[in-house]
Amino acid sequence: MKDLIDKVKTIFADESLDLVIGFERGSLPLRGTPRFFETVEDLDNLIFDATCNNILAKYLAGEKKRPGGPRKIGIIAKGCDARAIAQMVVEDQFPREKLVIIGIPCGGVFNTSKIRKALAGRIPDGYRTEKDVVIITGNGFEITLPRNEILQNNCLTCQHPNAPQFDCFIGEPAEPIGAKAHFAEVEELAAKTPDERWAYFTKEYSACIRCYACRNACPLCYCEECFVDRINPKWVGKGTDVSDNFLYHIVRTLHLAGRCVDCGACAAACPLDIDVRILGKRVEKEVLERFEYVAGLDFETPPALAAFREDDKEEFIM
Amino acid sequence: MAEFEPKIVAFLCNWCSYAGADLAGVSRIQYPPNTRVIRVPCSGRVDPMFILKCLQDGYDGVLVSGCHPGDCHYISGNYVARRKFAILKTMLEFIGIEPDRVQFSWVSAGEGEKFSKVISRVTETVRALGPADKMVKKEYRE
Repeated sequence: MKDLIDKVKTIFADESLDLVIGFERGSLPLRGTPRFFETVEDLDNLIFDATCNNILAKYLAGEKKRPGGPRKIGIIAKGCDARAIAQMVVEDQFPREKLVIIGIPCGGVFNTSKIRKALAGRIPDGYRTEKDVVIITGNGFEITLPRNEILQNNCLTCQHPNAPQFDCFIGEPAEPIGAKAHFAEVEELAAKTPDERWAYFTKEYSACIRCYACRNACPLCYCEECFVDRINPKWVGKGTDVSDNFLYHIVRTLHLAGRCVDCGACAAACPLDIDVRILGKRVEKEVLERFEYVAGLDFETPPALAAFREDDKEEFIM
Repeated sequence: MAEFEPKIVAFLCNWCSYAGADLAGVSRIQYPPNTRVIRVPCSGRVDPMFILKCLQDGYDGVLVSGCHPGDCHYISGNYVARRKFAILKTMLEFIGIEPDRVQFSWVSAGEGEKFSKVISRVTETVRALGPADKMVKKEYRE
């Protein structure tokens, strides 16, 4: 951690940054919390570990709207952060020249609700990692959990633990966790019958209270006005009809099609632990197979659904 | 009980498919009366959300028809639409909604004959699937 702090301090001075967006120790145990570091001294509190699961790219949208324009920002970037940032730059949502992307290797981040379930009401005060297990300690107890059982689901299939694009990289590049094949979850569900899949999505989406936390957490949902907030036309009903839940989730995924970097922010934000990622993952697979496109790998390629090729497959068209 | 008659919405692009429908009409070509036509400037105008809204509002099927690739009045509207629709189809299939309820076609202004065939085919496909029961809003359920 000392090494990370020193290097970020050097970058802060060398690049004459106004701000570094990073993490500090949260007020709750096992939680890192996002922090805007505005001075070099502040940076003493900088941390990065598996408890830092927020997506920092989200804060760029707010910074862009700052009166007087965005400041010069250094941003601590896991693989998914860096991809989300690249995607925002491609979509003209943040000026590249105002950004210093500080890449760091990511070994996966904890899923808070999985940990909460494992703890069953006990209060942790720390953790340590040994090989493939995480030992969570608290007052009078110590539990050992396999690491892959408490990481976020998107980390288990992550292909880009390191920033594909960065201005400086601190540490040794990490290997993907590779606990599951890239599209393992999608293939598992796709192997079921349509009725079983319908039942699965009905079960998941009927729990949705449409708090829109998944939208608010998403770094790429930056529209000033979302379709769900429109009154006229009222695209999404305000009632409890599960049909409207489906509409919301399908259209949200459509709007992120070919842009989603699978950072898992939506799933992490969901207060009801709904599987809000899986549909987007299916679309990610289709975009890769059909359009040979992966979001957020560079600063030039337009997103798949904002582009086309004359010879795109059209086997579904009469 | 009378045979199920599907209700189908057809989004037709102003420049090709709508003119194709017109040609089918003036040529007195017969085709099933199950479609309700909505004229749109371009197949690219059709937000996939429109299609989902139709399914929500109790329509049994949706057809989107535009100019052939390369013939778009707005140069590339149908190319972009093609990508959107490919993704929509994938999602419907994955969620478990019959993807055949949503159909796409290219019909030019000269293809009155093809238009009638497309409408017949879509009607028959949707008829075979039966009434829509997934994603229909409560107030539109019978």
